[in-house]
Amino acid sequence: MQQAHSNRVHAPWDKDIAIACIRAHRDREGPLLPILHALQEEFGYIDEAAELLIAEALNISRAEVHGVVTFYHDFRRRPAGRHVLKLCRAEACQAAGGDVLASHAEARLGVAMGNTSADGGVSLEPVYCLGLCATAPSAMLDGRPVGRLDQERLDALLTEARQ
Amino acid sequence: MTLRLFISRDAAAIAVGAEEVTAAIRAAAARQNVAVEIVRTGSRGLYWLEPMVEASTPGGRVAYGPVAPRDAEDLLGALIGGGFHALRLGPTEEIPWLKRQTRLTFARCGLVDPRSLDDYRAHAGAKGLERALALGPAAIVEEVAQSGLRGRGGAGFPTGVKWRTAAQIEAPQKYIVCNADEGDSGTFADRMIMEGDPFVLIEGMVIASIAVGATKGYVYIRSEYPHAAAAMEAAIAAARRSGLLGSRIAGSSFAFDMEVRVGAGAYVCGEETSLLDSLEGKRGQVRVKPPLPAHKGLFGRPTVINNVLSFASVPIILDRGGAFYRDFGMGSSRGTMPIQLAGNIKHGGLFETAFGITLGELVEDIGSGTRSGRPVRAVQVGGPLGAYFPRTLFDTPFDYEAFAARDGLIGHGGVVVFDDTVDMAKQARFAMEFCAFESCGKCTPCRVGSTRGMEVIDRIVRGENRAANTALLEDLCNTMKFGSLCALGGFTPYPVMSALNYFPEDFGAPSRLQAAE
Repeated sequence: MQQAHSNRVHAPWDKDIAIACIRAHRDREGPLLPILHALQEEFGYIDEAAELLIAEALNISRAEVHGVVTFYHDFRRRPAGRHVLKLCRAEACQAAGGDVLASHAEARLGVAMGNTSADGGVSLEPVYCLGLCATAPSAMLDGRPVGRLDQERLDALLTEARQ
Repeated sequence: MTLRLFISRDAAAIAVGAEEVTAAIRAAAARQNVAVEIVRTGSRGLYWLEPMVEASTPGGRVAYGPVAPRDAEDLLGALIGGGFHALRLGPTEEIPWLKRQTRLTFARCGLVDPRSLDDYRAHAGAKGLERALALGPAAIVEEVAQSGLRGRGGAGFPTGVKWRTAAQIEAPQKYIVCNADEGDSGTFADRMIMEGDPFVLIEGMVIASIAVGATKGYVYIRSEYPHAAAAMEAAIAAARRSGLLGSRIAGSSFAFDMEVRVGAGAYVCGEETSLLDSLEGKRGQVRVKPPLPAHKGLFGRPTVINNVLSFASVPIILDRGGAFYRDFGMGSSRGTMPIQLAGNIKHGGLFETAFGITLGELVEDIGSGTRSGRPVRAVQVGGPLGAYFPRTLFDTPFDYEAFAARDGLIGHGGVVVFDDTVDMAKQARFAMEFCAFESCGKCTPCRVGSTRGMEVIDRIVRGENRAANTALLEDLCNTMKFGSLCALGGFTPYPVMSALNYFPEDFGAPSRLQAAE
């Protein structure tokens, strides 16, 4: 299963592991996204060195690979913090008080949305809809969905994420 | 005697504590030495009552909710004693909010174990496929056409026409693609089906494959839905084991297999041609049409690409007949629509009903107004590209044409409620900001227009040359509406212009009330 941000500890960049990831998917139809997901699952980000390996394996230009990596919001070009807290910033959550919670999270972590706290502990990221719109506002901590967010529940998440 | 309980494993139920409640009940059962069997289902869609616990009784299922872990001990006691509990909601099917719905597409959601194909079959599953195999390809297409089913993703294109087009073309390879890139805020129906009744989607895609002669299918699921992707993976594996997928579908001569592909956080990939490019491993950029995907779709092959709800509606259409489905609805909006009530709403969730119900009934009667208790001020229908409707338009019936006639759209059926604290100029600006953030960059009106739009709205709100800048914003919206390649740039003007037209006072203009004085 491909999952955007699971709770696993990621391996450091390793060329041989990367090649194995690429080989595992290269013969599928439209292999590029599955390969990129596999690499990110393994290392937590897409190392620049992987672009050339993929380009060679799929017989496409490195520019093409780079263009795809940078097009999609999910693909990271450097590792995230130890925990990733995504706050939904879309309309249903705005209607339910999401703006105030986003400001509160920024203040408590001391970073603007889209950045990682100085100690590398928490990446605070916007997400545009988690499909939890009837239990808004919503968040996702390391792949775990959280609904009916209020300041108290958000504080508990932030405390958990900073441990 | 074993106590049989049902608790949702739907992501939104998990988000409000369904796992903790399940664990607490198991622990309480161990302490009280009670045998319990807990079936993890999808959600019934009554989200303000989640986590909901249902108990099997001789008279059918009885619901309790919303249950917290601390309720486990005495809830279990009440269930054994058959006595009263403060959280008792009565027989699930008799809860008015559920009882007044017409559940065709969502008939099994919340009822069955989504991991069990046997449970699916025990609840009338796979009957559509059975009839489809007896009918044959051409008659399947006619049945779907006769049902009046229109694309539930938002565009509302007749599904039968799409299938007929793909069926008529000769090609060595055709594809069935399911668009499960449900990115609209306020929508979660696709997620619920995939998590709560994944086999109905598989069955719908299998029927489509027989109808058009395709042998390979993909479900493109957004990465924000890891639970849905896991549920689909499990269901596909089970379907393969039982021969519902494979080289001989249900023992017939038809072959079809499918797999899950996960997106990577690009809203624009919900647009069908961007989705196809993304599946091919490219940047998710919009294609110029024609050619239509039915002619040249995935890898240049004829492709039927439909939304989750469209495919999921097909099995019941085949099982009960196109005319049965067509009998629901109004005008040229036939059948039922799974409407999603969201945002600042007291009773939010999935409400499937025949087309024709008014927006006011949905928001005030069924949704019971805002959760904050403040007056409703605006309702955005159809996701981030849908118009903001004021209360004065609450008589609009839920119907493709009725919403279009009022410069709005029903889209994928999301209804997001805002109370009177909303700043509509801020919402208009957000619509432009979202468009700028998600634009694929291929066409100029969307790519550049969205950023210029934010700037113009900022100037209007600051009071700089208000009249001239308002005219400029209207002109820009016209350019985006008519000049963009797809609905992202083309429909962003709906939320912007509706906010400006119905709530001018939020943009610093004198309110209509003040103007009248």
